[in-house]
Amino acid sequence: MFDYSFHWRVALKALPDMLNGAWVTLETAALSMLLGTMIALLLTLLRQQQNPLLRHFAETWVSIARNTPSLFQIYILYFGLGAFGLHVSSWLALLAGITFNNAGYLAENFRGGLKAVPDTQMRAARSLGMNALHAYRLVIIPQLLRIVFHPLSNQMVWAVLMTSLGVIVGLNDDLTGVTQDYNVKTFRTFEYFAIAALLYYLIAKTIVLGARLMAWRLFRY
Amino acid sequence: MIEIDKVHKSFGDLEVVKGVSLTVNKGEVVSIIGGSGSGKSTLLMCINGLEPIQRGSIRVDGTEVHAKGTDLNRLRQKIGIVFQQWNAFPHLTVLENVMLAPRKVLGLSQQEAEAMAVKQLTHVGLADKLKVFPGKLSGGQQQRMAIARALAMSPDYMLFDEATSALDPQLVGEVLDTMRLLAEDGMTMILVTHEIRFARDVSDRVAFFRDGLVHEIGTPDQVIGNPQQTETADFLKSVL
Amino acid sequence: MFTTSLTISDLLFMLQGAWVTLQLTAAAMLLGTLSGVLCGLLRAGLPRASLPLAWLLDLFRSVPLLIQFVLFNSLKSIAGLDISAFAVGCLVLGIYAAAFCSEIVRSGIQAVPANLRRAARSLGMSYWQDLRHVVLPLATRVSFPGWLNLVLSVMKDTALVMWIGIFELLRTSQSVVTRIQEPLLVLCIAGLIYYLMSLLVAQLGNRLEKRWQEND
Repeated sequence: MFDYSFHWRVALKALPDMLNGAWVTLETAALSMLLGTMIALLLTLLRQQQNPLLRHFAETWVSIARNTPSLFQIYILYFGLGAFGLHVSSWLALLAGITFNNAGYLAENFRGGLKAVPDTQMRAARSLGMNALHAYRLVIIPQLLRIVFHPLSNQMVWAVLMTSLGVIVGLNDDLTGVTQDYNVKTFRTFEYFAIAALLYYLIAKTIVLGARLMAWRLFRY
Repeated sequence: MIEIDKVHKSFGDLEVVKGVSLTVNKGEVVSIIGGSGSGKSTLLMCINGLEPIQRGSIRVDGTEVHAKGTDLNRLRQKIGIVFQQWNAFPHLTVLENVMLAPRKVLGLSQQEAEAMAVKQLTHVGLADKLKVFPGKLSGGQQQRMAIARALAMSPDYMLFDEATSALDPQLVGEVLDTMRLLAEDGMTMILVTHEIRFARDVSDRVAFFRDGLVHEIGTPDQVIGNPQQTETADFLKSVL
Repeated sequence: MFTTSLTISDLLFMLQGAWVTLQLTAAAMLLGTLSGVLCGLLRAGLPRASLPLAWLLDLFRSVPLLIQFVLFNSLKSIAGLDISAFAVGCLVLGIYAAAFCSEIVRSGIQAVPANLRRAARSLGMSYWQDLRHVVLPLATRVSFPGWLNLVLSVMKDTALVMWIGIFELLRTSQSVVTRIQEPLLVLCIAGLIYYLMSLLVAQLGNRLEKRWQEND
């Protein structure tokens, strides 16, 4: 049945390049999470506004982000923006797509998190004389952070796994892109992608572990 | 006959039942009173094997409850238990709740099980709530359903674990009335209860539990009317 | 004036792709739910003994789906198996769904109050009777929202099979774009179709949930 010989040693020679790719993967994911979180906070704010235009804009963003495939979002940013004359690189389209997606999901998480922080907290803070900004920054957001921490770290893992989609729009810098390059050159598909899979697994587990450690230190109460 | 013989039970390092012996004869109604944490409820859970014991023995009609080969499922058909939290099955109607075990455990046919269920539910006063879901009933009604559910298995013994403690005061009466009827019909019952007056009314014997042991036992008039031990008297003074 | 080279046959082509998407989703969810329930039962009933299973399932959740497709496809060639790309897609998506479903089922089972199980056992029901008549019905109700989310998630993940050559919605859309060079229009229509499919599934799910809730 198996008259295929596995050439692991050759594949392992590509490890340095793949590790570089893994680094690009991490950077991209981290950047998308940073931007995504900021936009998500903004979206959460917008969703609370009275102004229907602002509210609907935010709702639409979240809706599209959660009801269409992330690959589709990357696709439309890569090919669609071209129609407006904007030429985006594969990497930029990937980043934009993942950020768009992150922002949508995180905004939902923040909304759920906000609901979980009791109204009475806000009342107590304002009663002590704090203005809205202080109340949010010193009382609400720290509690919100604790509640959404787990979903946030999950989303980070998702972002890392999502970066693999970059190869479909031509990215060859991240882990999957580098792996694909080697694959196309040597057709040793299984070996290279198996190593890539292992690397992704290790990255994912490291993030989960790191998050757990962070949570333990940050949320000691 | 239920024979509890020098039973010891611990949760980890904490011993809650410290050598209890008690015999309950057929047709007897025994009430167990005492403060929280005295081991009363735990003892009840040991009788039908829900909790294991570390030392001693419990025999129901000669069968050793905690022996290795004992068919607990079989044994539990003979012992009905009503918990403090009625534990109604929320996804089944009142009728289905009561019919479930007779059908699946006793193997009764659909008609037989339904007839039995209707009979028991009428007995506890819920004949008009057959097709309702438990979530729509009051606590007292759900507890009465729980009693009917246990009775539908035609048990020889009924155990009540603080059956009225979780109820609003105005709902306690209806459940106590149901329990009283049961006692008058001659069911063998062990009641763990805080309702001292009720215990005095319906019981043949009352046992005062303290610190994992039977501190005093006798007829209601003896234990509640004229307690010999100071601790018993103190307890009764604090609750009456 | 708005002119386009998009024809009805293009639209039909895309809708065919959407149909493939739905078929893949259904097949994957069937496989995934059945195995997921089994794994979930194992995980809930024998938490320590099934730890290796937990690690295996975790592996499938921690590697990008795209890589899983490629690996499986190449494994297929190595082993000389003659199965269609569609079957590969269904299998990989199914295992992926099972990995998530097992967690959903496990937490659903653990959410059934221990007291209810006690009551059932006290009535003389055996472990299996308790499981069948009390735990599973209740666990199903608790797990449903999570499971529905999984269905929607899998439906979106079907877009990835385009890379192993299956003509689902995104791939068919890409073909049309290649032909008429109007990426924004075509992709917006594709997005709309995805959105509508998503909405449909969510609505059906909500209706089912409501029917359960009015009883409890």
